[in-house]
Amino acid sequence: MIPANAAKIPHGRFRTTDATVPKVMQQGALTPWLYLTPAIIIMFIFIVYPAANTFYLSFRNSANTDWAGAACAPLEPCWGILENYRYALTSEIMRIAFFNNLMWILIMVSATVGLGLLVAVLADRVRYEPFAKALIFMPMAISFVGAGVIWKFVYDYRPGSDQIGLLNAILAALGGQPIPWLTVPLLNIVMLNVVGVWVWTGFCMTILAAAVKGVPSELLEAARLDGASELQVFRQITVPIIMPTIAVVVTTMVINVLKIFDIVYVMTGGNYGTQVIANQMYIEQYTNFQTGRAAAIAVVLIAVILPAMYFNIRRFREQEATR
Amino acid sequence: MASVRYDHVTKQFSETVKAVNDLSLDIKDKEFLVLVGPSGCGKTTALRLLAGLEEITSGTISIGDRVVNDVAPKDRDIAMVFQSYALYPHMSVFDNMAFGLKLRKMPKSDIEKRVKEAAGILGIDHLLDRKPKQLSGGQRQRVAVGRAIVREPKVFLFDEPLSNLDAKLRVETRAGISKLHQRLGTTFIYVTHDQTEAMTMATRIAVMKDGILQQIGTPSELYDHPSNVFVAGFIGSPSMNFFNGKLAGSNGNMVFDMGAFKLPVPADIRETLRARNDDQYVVGIRPEDIYDAAYQAPDIESSAVEAQVDVVEPMGSEIFLNLLSGENTFVARVDPRSGARAGNQVGLAFNVNKVHVFDKKSEITLR
Repeated sequence: MIPANAAKIPHGRFRTTDATVPKVMQQGALTPWLYLTPAIIIMFIFIVYPAANTFYLSFRNSANTDWAGAACAPLEPCWGILENYRYALTSEIMRIAFFNNLMWILIMVSATVGLGLLVAVLADRVRYEPFAKALIFMPMAISFVGAGVIWKFVYDYRPGSDQIGLLNAILAALGGQPIPWLTVPLLNIVMLNVVGVWVWTGFCMTILAAAVKGVPSELLEAARLDGASELQVFRQITVPIIMPTIAVVVTTMVINVLKIFDIVYVMTGGNYGTQVIANQMYIEQYTNFQTGRAAAIAVVLIAVILPAMYFNIRRFREQEATR
Repeated sequence: MASVRYDHVTKQFSETVKAVNDLSLDIKDKEFLVLVGPSGCGKTTALRLLAGLEEITSGTISIGDRVVNDVAPKDRDIAMVFQSYALYPHMSVFDNMAFGLKLRKMPKSDIEKRVKEAAGILGIDHLLDRKPKQLSGGQRQRVAVGRAIVREPKVFLFDEPLSNLDAKLRVETRAGISKLHQRLGTTFIYVTHDQTEAMTMATRIAVMKDGILQQIGTPSELYDHPSNVFVAGFIGSPSMNFFNGKLAGSNGNMVFDMGAFKLPVPADIRETLRARNDDQYVVGIRPEDIYDAAYQAPDIESSAVEAQVDVVEPMGSEIFLNLLSGENTFVARVDPRSGARAGNQVGLAFNVNKVHVFDKKSEITLR
């Protein structure tokens, strides 16, 4: 039987209008904004204002004295106020940079994610798992500049004389000819990518390893009893289950690689056909003093990254929702 | 369809931990064997050894006439239903059930036929397009069973398949699994910690404790003739009452003295006890063999005992009385008409012929 006073049980006892809550802490329309104000101010100074100013500068000339395109020579191609974007999108050096960034995405993202997944799955089965993982993760603690310097020594090339570079020393010891790793087109991009992979595989491994461990062992056992080989278990059970995590790691790496700068700056300075978008932006600003062009390249870079960013956030929200 | 044989099987996880200790079991073809015991007794390990999910430390396991120690799980021709069901979350119900058949490269039409048939038996044919996430606990459980059925294995293994279901569904599903066993006529090996499941479904029950097989037999054998104190206490609910009894008196007047009351020693064991050089025994009696003296069954040789009622638990068809007598606490299952009230004294009748007697040191059954 339901007690007669069942409906009278008091509720809403924890509403903040309760007399025990000090008046200043009671929530009205204004209070949440008060809490947010410091963050909003900092965001405005360090993100919103610089972004808006960069956007504005991308339409201005090199010294911010007039609109871009004001100095366009007659009969030359000119996009008027968008003149800086003509440079950012169509110039020879920027086309090389776009192509190279695409190469970076293809090589580095697939290698870091692929190797990271491989190590995550294999390390899960060895006794010295923490040690093996620490070893792979270690380069993550080294800055790209530091990694660049280290690998510059590894790739060092001296025509004829003794080789102090590790790779060429090995080649020479085996009786081969030394190779100028960082000046041969295309090969040098691959070699630069090796450095990026060396640094970032640990990151991918760590996140993917957590996901791999999250797959219930009973699922793998069930699949084995169902007749699946280890490779089939991996491809048909493990990978589909951790696919959301793989997607997040891939997009995170795409964003990272699009912004790639340090390795190229330190090791080749963008020479020998290794230029990338971010390094060209740096050169326009600090070597050529072309502020407008640098700003336009920055805007283009943001525009390229935004979709990956959007995808990542959406994925993250979906995961949150299923929790 | 096959028999299963454990021959002196031991599984050692570390120097000190023997999860399964010298287990020998003969499971006949088409038998429904339930492995039962408290958690950590090695029953699940024993099952996983048979499935090939754990490696055997010593001994051999055979399925049919084949020793399977070195046979991969997938080649043992067994199917297993896991406690968590282990459904593949990214596959539909149909794909979950078809997974094993696809791996065996069975023609598509045959797969469809088998899955539909199994789904029909289990009443899940309308769920084939759903993902596991969209199913209730009971439906998931049936899909897990379905995934095992379609493979048409020689042996079915169940690892506590009902423990994630609510009480009502558990009772229904229990009957469902028994029916399935009759219908398929395959060897079932079923692990549970719940003695009720064991009693209701098994053709034979194997009771384990600390990695050691305690007793194997039909449910009624285990209930009426437990081999030791552990089995006697584990099988049956509420469990058997145990008293420390001191043998006293002689010849026609031998009794067990429990301190607050005495019970006559059943005639058929007097010779045995007299020959033993020991007077300390564990005396057991099941709650249903203790009557409210006012409603005792006719034609039993009974012994009167006074006790104080501690708690009364009316079950409708019967009443459980938690009782105190001196140092002894025990439970009686009495007639629903009993007028016993908590705090009052009650007159009881013990059915002397149903008394179990165990050696105190070894805890082995004497009667």
